[in-house]
Amino acid sequence: MNNRSHLNWRPTADIQTLRQRAVIIADIRQFFALRNVLEVETPSLSNATVSDLHMRVFSTQFNDPMSPQQRTLYLQTSPEYAMKRLLCAGSGAIYQIAKAFRNEEAGKHHNPEFTMLEWYRPDFDHVQLMNELDELVQLIFGCEPSYRMTYQQAFKDYLSLDPLSTSLAELQKRGCTLGYEHICRDEQDKDTILQLLFSHEIEPKIGIQRPCFIYNFPASQAALARINLQDERVAERFELYYKGIELANGFHELANVHEQRQRFNADNDQRLAANLPPVTTDALFLAGLESGLPNCAGVAVGIDRLIMLALDKTKIAQVITFDYQNA
Amino acid sequence: MATISTNEFKAGVKIMLDGEPCNILENEYVKPGKGQAFNRVKLKKLISGKSLEKTFKSGESFEAADVMDVELSYLYTDGEFWHFMNNESFEQIAADEKAVGDNIKWLVENDSCTITLWNGTPIVVSPPNFVELEITETDPGLKGDTAGTGGKPATLTTGAVVRVPLFVQTGEVVKVDTRSGEYASRAQK
Repeated sequence: MNNRSHLNWRPTADIQTLRQRAVIIADIRQFFALRNVLEVETPSLSNATVSDLHMRVFSTQFNDPMSPQQRTLYLQTSPEYAMKRLLCAGSGAIYQIAKAFRNEEAGKHHNPEFTMLEWYRPDFDHVQLMNELDELVQLIFGCEPSYRMTYQQAFKDYLSLDPLSTSLAELQKRGCTLGYEHICRDEQDKDTILQLLFSHEIEPKIGIQRPCFIYNFPASQAALARINLQDERVAERFELYYKGIELANGFHELANVHEQRQRFNADNDQRLAANLPPVTTDALFLAGLESGLPNCAGVAVGIDRLIMLALDKTKIAQVITFDYQNA
Repeated sequence: MATISTNEFKAGVKIMLDGEPCNILENEYVKPGKGQAFNRVKLKKLISGKSLEKTFKSGESFEAADVMDVELSYLYTDGEFWHFMNNESFEQIAADEKAVGDNIKWLVENDSCTITLWNGTPIVVSPPNFVELEITETDPGLKGDTAGTGGKPATLTTGAVVRVPLFVQTGEVVKVDTRSGEYASRAQK
């Protein structure tokens, strides 16, 4: 009896689905070709990585034939830094469909290796980029135009609380009454409670009939977005939700190198407080910013999730050839 | 003390939560693209039998619950405890009324039951899926009913009451599904 015959070697997606996937990817490329957005490829392996407190990165050892020392290389969590260096070098509008890698992420809607669409538009702000992403998702889903809501309005509508002014003590109390006392009674970080309430109490209720953009996130969750000039409590960051799934994250991109350096340092302070090793900041990315990033907006879209929704599937394993468990 | 992290959670893993052993039923990973990851977990409290849904921060650790299932034969009750025996080692163990709970009415001498032990103490007694019990009382059925439609209540030796077809009479032994509490058939002679 040969044991190998029991191994499930078959793809997790069926062949018909893979054909439909190829058509969607071709439609996306056509969408950008018609708009004169240049397709680029940037490295999957790089010498530096992200500082985000909640991001776990894959790394590997490179045996450099030109050097006696092994060198650590990191798999990209998104092509953001490299694409911004292209923008600094004068590329103009660019897009990329690339694999991104995130450690410690697996589930119905997560695979540690996934396909990401990322694009950047010089002279766009986050509102203009939301408009363009809206056109793309209407094309893919054949759905109605999306609607928009600020982060603050979403909390007011669904939880009757203001995420920008509510105190930590009040957030802890609300979290407890909503059934999350285990996390909320001692949680000292406002953003953790806000992220919990958003993902559990708001996300399942928005973008059900048509996609929903949430924009102007709290400045403390700015990531690489600009702070809004009129209201510095919020950052010019948006996310797109459809049928309870987060599909995209975009920014009116932070271009100020001093502020970028401060955010890296703040991330590393948070990492140290959480007993995580600090990350060496990406000097090449900072040098690019120093020379000047054009005013631009950029967005990353989870292509596997997009295809999953377009084809009425429930798990991303059903739309990728092999998920991590049988890769 | 053994600890279990959320990334080891899967169906069947037993953890301590609020001082009570719990069985994990389902574990879903929830993570925003930017921000804290969570695990949304369905679990069952083993003593109260209550199912609940809880959200934890990913990476949080819990004390492992020392819980195991053993197959033991039911011997007898002294009114306060229900006594079971391991058929191989002949070791005996006593379960209290709380552990036996509603399953009291399905305990048949010499039947093999699943006993859930927490730190060596029985907390749940599960009877076999089917038990055979004698009817002590039921109304005489109408003549000619063989299809078993409608039925009538019948009291069994343990006090359990089940609906049986009209043709089944007092003194007969019936097979009952303990999960639904429904009559399955007359016992094979």
